[in-house]
Amino acid sequence: MVMETKFIKVIKDALEIEDKNLSMNEKFKEFEEWDSLAQLTLIAELDENFDVTIQTSDFKNINTLQELFDHIQSQK
Amino acid sequence: MALLQFDQVGICGLAAAVPAQTILSREYTQYFPAADVAEIVAKTGIEERRFAPEGMCSSDLCFAAAEKLISDLDVDKSEIELLVFVSQTPDYRMPATSVLLQDRLGLSKQTMVFDLTLGCSAFVYGLSVVFSLVQSGQIKKALLLDGETRSRVYNPKDRRVAFLFGDGGVAALIEKDPKYGKTFFSLNSDGSKGDLIKIKAGGYRNPSSAESVKEKVVDVHGNISTDEHGSMDGADVFNFVIQEIPNDIARVMEAAGTDKKAFDYFVFHQANAFMNGYLAKKLKLPLEKVPSSIREFGNTSSVSIPLTIVSQLQGKLEGKKKVLLSGFGVGMSWASAVMDLQDCWISDVVEL
Repeated sequence: MVMETKFIKVIKDALEIEDKNLSMNEKFKEFEEWDSLAQLTLIAELDENFDVTIQTSDFKNINTLQELFDHIQSQK
Repeated sequence: MALLQFDQVGICGLAAAVPAQTILSREYTQYFPAADVAEIVAKTGIEERRFAPEGMCSSDLCFAAAEKLISDLDVDKSEIELLVFVSQTPDYRMPATSVLLQDRLGLSKQTMVFDLTLGCSAFVYGLSVVFSLVQSGQIKKALLLDGETRSRVYNPKDRRVAFLFGDGGVAALIEKDPKYGKTFFSLNSDGSKGDLIKIKAGGYRNPSSAESVKEKVVDVHGNISTDEHGSMDGADVFNFVIQEIPNDIARVMEAAGTDKKAFDYFVFHQANAFMNGYLAKKLKLPLEKVPSSIREFGNTSSVSIPLTIVSQLQGKLEGKKKVLLSGFGVGMSWASAVMDLQDCWISDVVEL
């Protein structure tokens, strides 16, 4: 749970959506804040905080925050 | 593992030339709204770039830099016995630009010259080749010329690449002398990532055709390009850099038997402020030892390392300075070096 809280914080920081309430079912690529610059920021934040890198091809198959979270877990 | 080591070979001076034509990124708004452009500039940190006007080539910038360096250092041209020209924007498909530069610079017909076609790693790769030839002992002085007109490679209607690249040319004079210490290089390649940065057409695999020069929408964001313009997957290039470069730097430092604390400067390929900033943070480097020319010249591919040295370190290289150089990009190709600069001469930047 601690890890999930940290994950949500990283997402909010990367996408600059600190005020938004996020559930793990959220389809983050549908946010208006999601673009190539946000993707870069997110990649850097995930590398820094969880020591994983997410390839462009991985993002294609990841839709919800839960799926992204599961992907990070599987890489560790 | 391509770890090379040289002794008593060094760079005695560096010069750079850039086009006078200055492009202000925030005013480069003919194809995109100013607000979008401002957001991109905030991320890339590239406020200005230099664009070569029509008719000006990489070789012209290198020629100007070489003449400046030769004149400042009062070099006897007959002592220059090797010239290597590094670029992916040559004058012609043939002959090699280096050969034409031999004549333009008035070098002897007994000068050994050739071109080396790599991108962002090419200055470091080029240095390793020149050091190797100079160490053989038969060459008195060598010129490494490195120029790019990347502004012409990318389509201004493709926002993924339209705000990054600029033009420039440099000259480095390399010689053998006991005053220079040991230099270490680590040289690498990964062709499986060849598609990450690519110009698809215009070579011999996909020759130029009416189709290859046609503008088309290339992604879901509506970016427009042609098969003869460069494309780049910025996110995966970023992934590549943060995975490979820290490892390569550790490798070359280990080979050199040194560590981060020993260095005066870390000079990286200038990709963009976001990538370079993250790389410096990941490597835990003190920012005052990481010079940057991203703000004023942008990404000039292989030229960016020496252009950063010439534009940012003039007056700061007296005596012996230990530097780490690391170039990475198209190929993918990457190279790092550990060297001591010994009273390295830096000429004023020439504007053409």
